[in-house]
Amino acid sequence: MLKRRNVLAGLAATALAGGALLAGTPLAQAQDTVKIGVLHSLSGTMAISETTLKDTILFLIEEQNKKGGVLGKKLEAVVVDPASNWPLFAEKARELITQHKVAATFGCWTSVSRKSVLPVFKELNNILFYPVQYEGEESERNVFYTGAAPNQQAIPAVDYLMSKDGGEVKRWVLAGTDYVYPRTTNKILEAYLLAKGVAKEDIMINYTPFGHSDWQTIVSEIVKFGSGGKKTAVVSTINGDANVPFYKELGNKGVKATDIPVVAFSVGEEELAGLDTKDLVGHLAAWNYFQSVKNPANEEFIKKWQAFNKNPKRVTNDPMEAHVIGFAMWVKAVEKAGSFDVDKVIDALPGIEAPNLTGGTSKMLPNHHITKPVLIGEIRADGQFDVVWQTKDLVPGDAWTDFLDGSKDLEADWVGKKCGNFNMKTGKCG
Amino acid sequence: MGRLIRLLLLITSLAVGGFAVPHRAAAAPEDLAAGLALIAKDSFNDTLSGIDAIARSGVPHAAALVEALQDRRMLIDTANQKVFYREPAGTVREAQSNEVVASPPAGLTAVRLNNRVRGAASAAIGALSLMNPDPQRRIQAAQAVMKSRDPTALAVLDAALAAEKLPNVKAELQLAWAAVTFSKSDAPLDKRLEAVALLKDARSREAVSILRSLPADAAAPLRESTTSAISSIEQRLALWGYVQNVWYGVSLGSVLLIAAIGLAITFGVMGVINMAHGEMVMLGAYTTFVVQEFCRTSAPWLFDYSLVAAIPLAFLVAGGVGVAIERGVIRHLYGRPLETLLATWGISLILQQAVRTAFGPTNREVGTPQFMSGAMEIGGLVITWNRLYIVIFAGLIFVGLLLALRYTSLGLHMRAVTQNRRMASSMGIRTGRVDALTFGLGSGIAGLAGVALSQIDNVSPNLGQSYIIDSFLVVVFGGVGNLWGTLIGALSIGMANKLLEPYAGAVLGKILLLVAIIVFIQKRPRGLFALKGRAVEA
Amino acid sequence: MITRALLENDRTGKWFLAIVLGLAIVVPILHLAVPPSSPFHVSTATLALLGKYLCFALLALSLDLVWGYCGILSLGHGAFFALGGYAMGMYLMRQIGTRGVYAHPVLPDFMVFLNWKELPWFWYGFENAWFAFLMVMAVPGLLAFVFGWFAFRSRVTGVYLSIITQALTYALLLAFFRNDMGFGGNNGLTDFKDILGFPVQANTTRAALFAASALALALGYLAARAIVASRLGKVLVCIRDAESRTRFIGYRVEHYKTFVFTVSAVMAGIAGALYVPQVGIINPSEFNPANSIEVVIWVAVGGRGTLAGAALGAVLVNFAKTTFTTGFLAPYWLFALGALFVITTIWLPKGILGKFNDLWERWRSSRVAKPEQKPAPVPQLAE
Repeated sequence: MLKRRNVLAGLAATALAGGALLAGTPLAQAQDTVKIGVLHSLSGTMAISETTLKDTILFLIEEQNKKGGVLGKKLEAVVVDPASNWPLFAEKARELITQHKVAATFGCWTSVSRKSVLPVFKELNNILFYPVQYEGEESERNVFYTGAAPNQQAIPAVDYLMSKDGGEVKRWVLAGTDYVYPRTTNKILEAYLLAKGVAKEDIMINYTPFGHSDWQTIVSEIVKFGSGGKKTAVVSTINGDANVPFYKELGNKGVKATDIPVVAFSVGEEELAGLDTKDLVGHLAAWNYFQSVKNPANEEFIKKWQAFNKNPKRVTNDPMEAHVIGFAMWVKAVEKAGSFDVDKVIDALPGIEAPNLTGGTSKMLPNHHITKPVLIGEIRADGQFDVVWQTKDLVPGDAWTDFLDGSKDLEADWVGKKCGNFNMKTGKCG
Repeated sequence: MGRLIRLLLLITSLAVGGFAVPHRAAAAPEDLAAGLALIAKDSFNDTLSGIDAIARSGVPHAAALVEALQDRRMLIDTANQKVFYREPAGTVREAQSNEVVASPPAGLTAVRLNNRVRGAASAAIGALSLMNPDPQRRIQAAQAVMKSRDPTALAVLDAALAAEKLPNVKAELQLAWAAVTFSKSDAPLDKRLEAVALLKDARSREAVSILRSLPADAAAPLRESTTSAISSIEQRLALWGYVQNVWYGVSLGSVLLIAAIGLAITFGVMGVINMAHGEMVMLGAYTTFVVQEFCRTSAPWLFDYSLVAAIPLAFLVAGGVGVAIERGVIRHLYGRPLETLLATWGISLILQQAVRTAFGPTNREVGTPQFMSGAMEIGGLVITWNRLYIVIFAGLIFVGLLLALRYTSLGLHMRAVTQNRRMASSMGIRTGRVDALTFGLGSGIAGLAGVALSQIDNVSPNLGQSYIIDSFLVVVFGGVGNLWGTLIGALSIGMANKLLEPYAGAVLGKILLLVAIIVFIQKRPRGLFALKGRAVEA
Repeated sequence: MITRALLENDRTGKWFLAIVLGLAIVVPILHLAVPPSSPFHVSTATLALLGKYLCFALLALSLDLVWGYCGILSLGHGAFFALGGYAMGMYLMRQIGTRGVYAHPVLPDFMVFLNWKELPWFWYGFENAWFAFLMVMAVPGLLAFVFGWFAFRSRVTGVYLSIITQALTYALLLAFFRNDMGFGGNNGLTDFKDILGFPVQANTTRAALFAASALALALGYLAARAIVASRLGKVLVCIRDAESRTRFIGYRVEHYKTFVFTVSAVMAGIAGALYVPQVGIINPSEFNPANSIEVVIWVAVGGRGTLAGAALGAVLVNFAKTTFTTGFLAPYWLFALGALFVITTIWLPKGILGKFNDLWERWRSSRVAKPEQKPAPVPQLAE
């Protein structure tokens, strides 16, 4: 209610501003700062995940400015709210680039939001750092993918479950929300499992709508499928909001991780913070980072992050780490290029290395994906993960999977071939 | 072989005196030492062998050790390679000697676990506590052995079976015996056939799972009897499956009822298109969260009762906000029902953002009290406690509301005002006050829904949004202004949804249901239970 | 001339058309001919934004036609808008041809990587512009006709109708989310290249699309005005104010309602079709019931039953949204938006334009001692 007067005033101002807008008001530009766009939803359905990422970038910028900024200039964040509305993402991206003249943008969570802003970034030639695990099948000159590609999350997770430590799983439920990421991931996994000799009848695929809240039928179907006399596991690409009721149902039905383990690709510390995890102990998640990873870099990051938020309980998660890496890489690339110029930074980025928070050093590859370790964690009673397995080396992100007909011949190389979808068979770009 | 003998000795010792009189002679502390040394290495493979060694050692506190390991209470002093364990009460003991350590060394870390270790630990505990004096523990042990199907446990099982007196425990032990024998490829055929018969009589999902694990190269008579046992159990389970689906339908229906019944008052009775209804539900859920948080920090012993405490509070909070909304906004909009849609939509945006600002955008954790966790089984029907309580809660709210409308003076006034406002007013009813209280009642009940939904769904600022469309559909389907309609509407939508889901899948099922409702409204344009008479055209 | 006849008693309309057509000419010129350095230059961002507002204005106008003049509160108008958008999106997808990432000559990218082998039948024909443009109108029109025919014949009215329109758009939302449907699932249709042979991102194309949107809005206004001002329009208002009486007098209420509902859906479809190439994406979230409710709110804010007001409301609310979602206000804009709706309904029950008209009339009658004619009847908002 406190906004009443403002709104009325705003309405009046609207009419006036309309004219000004038509003239395309050039915004005053401060000389000694460089702007960074933050394109994460702060309202609507995705706010639940994306708000943290906005805070992460604000935190990173503050830290960088404490160190004196980049190339002697202070960084300044421009925060916009695309409100979980996909066309609005494109509109806000355009606003960030043309009106605020940002040097780079960190943003997006869902694939559709990335797809929505892609044409804008291409047209206006700017840089987007995309921090979330996704289905792959894309490599663009203007986008740097710091989240996991399917080969950096899904396939190692399945490998782990097939191993002795993972329980030698023979029967698979691929459960996901009905959208592109689970569909593609499950297609890839299905092809992979069949190639590994799993019989077709030992794979069950199930899709549910967004925000599905009544899991009774599906959980009992999973239990039924699990009574096939072979060790069964669930690979879950269930998205955000639907996870809480799913896990609650699992817990209440008494589906223990020692009977039917569930490995999830979208459940991290942030999601578990909204859940009572005592019945979920032992269920798994595959990520490239866990808050519980023990090493000095991570501990320092957590300490500073919690101090920045003035909340000693604030958790960290994998997409945040992706932003940390992406931001560090951008800073290094700018320093290497000696300029904020978009083309120079894009050319400088491949090959840049930055320490990740799990103790290794991630590298930006010519296909604009990065190298990451893959970690498997088991849920603990306190809402954190125990790392039970991890890859020995960092896994390079593969933009085009080898397990789908359409993309096995494609290769992305922005350094040598200057092409995101080079067809190795025809020897042509696209 | 040594392991078997020690186990047998252990059994006799336990059978004679239980844990209280340990027979040191039977135990093998050197196995224990070796096991603990392995565990001190803290690698999964070594821990697995360590568990084996501890179980083999037969020391009296072996079960306590493995339990501690399973609950992350087994601690390693990495510097000195020594192992300790903490009892649930908090005292720390040295693992080898089982002596209390007054001041445990600093920097103890818990032994790491994975599912494999956890599985082995529970199997070991099972085998170790088959002779436990507590019958409940024996049942758990039998179930653990049934899961692990560890052939080495067979001897203990035989002994336990021979000693067992309680019939219910005996049944569990027999099942465990059957599971182990059936899976043991070198067991005599007649024993294995006997096991199949026992498993067939168990008629459970788990039995099917065990029977299915028979390798394809097993002896022909065994294969045949197994196949027939599987199909007989499957048939029975399929029958139970229908009952189960009906229960799911009832359960989903009750969730819909609970979400919609407040709306049946604010929208159905008062005619306010209350788009902020979902946010009232959300406020109820957040009230529950706050109450729980308070319990957690100030009075942990109250935790199990926090939901009970949250019920009246959620009603008051949501009801109070409802009264404020009615007095502040909706009061000005009577006679313009469609405009209430806009105002309440605006209010819902404000409430959502207010909650997001106050509590953050992420999900908040609302725990499930002990009495609502888990499930019970009746025959082949699995009923989770939280769903059962929600069904009961929904029923209570419904009955309570019916009684309140029928027998209280507020109910009388409410009915009078909604039927004929001017007449009621001239009879001396303060219609303004009744309006406010009615809206408050509807909102308060939405708050109660929030308490229930916090048990099965996200507690996030978006909670209300996900129920608002369904709630409106339920009220409209049942017939606006009729509580019974809302009840029948909720149950039939829930039931139809759950009966469709196994065949059409969750997404398509929901679409088909929506189309069915649209078509149904064509047939009965005023819902299932239409109001008759002049009110219709009002 | 028909236009003149239509606008004779419509002062607001004259202004409205003048502004819209003025925009159609001036904005593209300012965008194309004025150098970017000039303060009068209209940037691409602003052009895209304004184009989007105009599409929303047309959508609001179409809703106002059924809600303001016929009392049909559709909470599912976004569905028609989105269907029009999808028809256009499918055309644009087919225009990509081999320029997709997999360079498949026929299948769009999302079908290739989900292993579709051939084009589903309902994608046939969309490579032809004329067919696609026909579908832009035919699909929403047909759906509205069928839906309206059954609903109005069964005399589904009031909130019941509102709720089932909402159920309709919700069902479509779920259906289009399904990847099996063949519309790209949640990612929708995006990465468009050409429209009618012109690159969609070229400034000239953008300017042309903007001008087309303005023109469509003007034509939409004229069409709505023609309906409202005719005898048919009078019957519609009768139906709005007293449906049963109108029926008893002998009018076939359901025919009138179905007609106006269909026309409105076609307008919404056209708005959607113009919207898609300008924002560059169409995805199932356009079917979200919340979006449709927002359209209702634009109309209410601008002024229900005023046509021009509906368009004004759409532009104002969206402008407010654009402004509030940037910078330090970003976390709080929902407060402002929510408060705006509450305030409008309480203090401006006839919307901004309604209030303005009232003030204007009062001002005029105070200046002219004896009004020459009765004030134009202000639409009754009672149900």
